[in-house]
Formats: sequence, structure tokens, C-alpha cells
Amino acid sequence: MSRPAPEPVQTIKQRRDAALSALVQGVPYIRFLGIAFERRGDELTALLPFDDALIGNPELPALHGGVTAAFLEVTAIIGLSWAMIWDDLESGALDPLSLTPDTLPRLPKTIDFTVDYLRAGLPRDAYARARVNRSGRRYASVHVEGWQDKRARLFAQATGHFLMPQRDG
Amino acid sequence: MGNDQAEAARQFIESIPHCRALGIRVDDIGAGVAELSMPYDPKLIGDPKSGVIHGGAVSALMDTCGGAAVISHPAGAAGTATLDLRIDYMRAATPGQRISARAECYHVTRSVAFVRATALDEDRDKPVATATGAFTVDRTREGGA
Repeated sequence: MSRPAPEPVQTIKQRRDAALSALVQGVPYIRFLGIAFERRGDELTALLPFDDALIGNPELPALHGGVTAAFLEVTAIIGLSWAMIWDDLESGALDPLSLTPDTLPRLPKTIDFTVDYLRAGLPRDAYARARVNRSGRRYASVHVEGWQDKRARLFAQATGHFLMPQRDG
Repeated sequence: MGNDQAEAARQFIESIPHCRALGIRVDDIGAGVAELSMPYDPKLIGDPKSGVIHGGAVSALMDTCGGAAVISHPAGAAGTATLDLRIDYMRAATPGQRISARAECYHVTRSVAFVRATALDEDRDKPVATATGAFTVDRTREGGA
């Protein structure tokens, strides 16, 4: 009775973090907004650290509605791409060490995106998580929740439809 | 909206920190219609392989444009905030080209303003994106776009 030794935890972490990093680092606009992603297993949380350049209403002050929309859309696209590459990454079909922004699969394209503004975005860090409700060969539907202090007290949520990149085979 | 009022609205919108970060310019504003534009900038790229601007930056332009249309409407909102905004992306904006948006506030009630908007690049016949939104009508001065 012998079974293959489990993969060392560092190998697993390195593979997943390298793939996530390649996915996120390749997009200049994500850097422009200062968005980072934290990973627990396959679960991603997007982080938008507060910055004065994100303000849309200086008198309140409040985050720009466009920043909120963009933050949720970035979270949806990265969440969807991450779900799309996860199986290939874990099976070894996709080699994370060879992943650069040039060799990554194309990103999904937004067809439509609807943002529901529940309350003003406060001048502090914001967080978001995406849930892929349906992901087919051509189309996907993704829901995103954004919050600041309390996880259950959303400041915005969004739903979007995406055109999936055509993959080989 | 008189010339002074339009000029004040233009200055107000162009001074919003995130609008400055995006380089948003007010090209025309008055009577519930606003035209804003944003230069192409490599830092706003969403698809590194094609150099196409991220949809989020187009959303920010459309959202600002919608808010600008609301505050320029004769109903006289002192300020506004977005309640909901739906954007449909028709095609990728051509890399290197300025993106312009035109928003029209087509109906206003005591508390809500309804807006339609279109975004274009240099090809004026094929929209890059369209949007519909509902905005608050703030009666006390709070500002916002």
C-alpha cells in the first residue's frame, strides 16, 4: 500500500500565489486604483486601500461612484479568471512558473455591469468578493459584494455578464 | 443654466479628486445634458494584450457624466449621488483615442433623477458603451457627482 506523498505546502502556495500575481500584475488599471487581492485557498478578497485620489465628493467626503463601480468590476473579472484557470493550475496543465502577463489566457470581456449603490463609500479601505453564479463556455454571470467595516453591511453590490475568452481545444 | 452657473459646474466637476486622476474634462454642460471626455492613458489599460482601456475607467467617466447632467438640470438639485448604474459595453474603445461621454437627465422627480448616457471614441457612429442610471436629487448643498 503506497500512495503518492502529498505536495509540500510551500509548493502549493507558491504555485497559487504565482498564478494570482501574474493575473493581477498584468493589468495597469488595477495598479492605478491600488487594488490588491488576498487569497485563502481558492477564495479571493479584493482590497481597495483608501487614497485621496479615489474621492468623488470632497464635501462628505465619499468615494467616487465610478471608483466603486470599477473596484467591483475588477473584482468580478479577476474572480472569474481565477475560477477559469484554477482546475488547469491544480492539474498541472497550466505551469505557473511559465505564467507571465503575455502567456496567461485572455481575460473575460464585460458585456454589461449593473451597480447597486446602497450607501456612500466612506473614506477608508473597501473590500469585495465575487461569486460566479454561472460560467459556461461562452457566457458567465457574476455577482459582487462590496463592504467597508462590517461584512454584512454592504456599501455596494453588482451583477455583470461576461464573454468568456475562446480557449484551445 | 447660465454661463456663470455652467462655468461653476465645470470647475466643480474638474476639481473632484478622482476626475483629476482620470484627466476628465467638461466639454459642455447645461439644461440637464453634460458632455465630458477623458484622454487615453496607458495607466488605465485593462487588457494588456490589446492596450484597451479598462471598463471601470469608462464606468467612472459615465458615472461622472450622469451626475453632471443631474446637477445641470433646471430642477435645481444641489447635489447628487448614484443610486444605480447599468453599463452595456458594445465594443472595445480604440487604443490611443480620447473617450467622450454624453449624458442626458431625461426625467426628474422630487427625489430621483433618471439618466441615459452614451460613450464614444473617435468613431462617432458606433458607441463604445451606453448606460442608464438613477441618481438622488439632494435638496441641501452636499455637492457630489
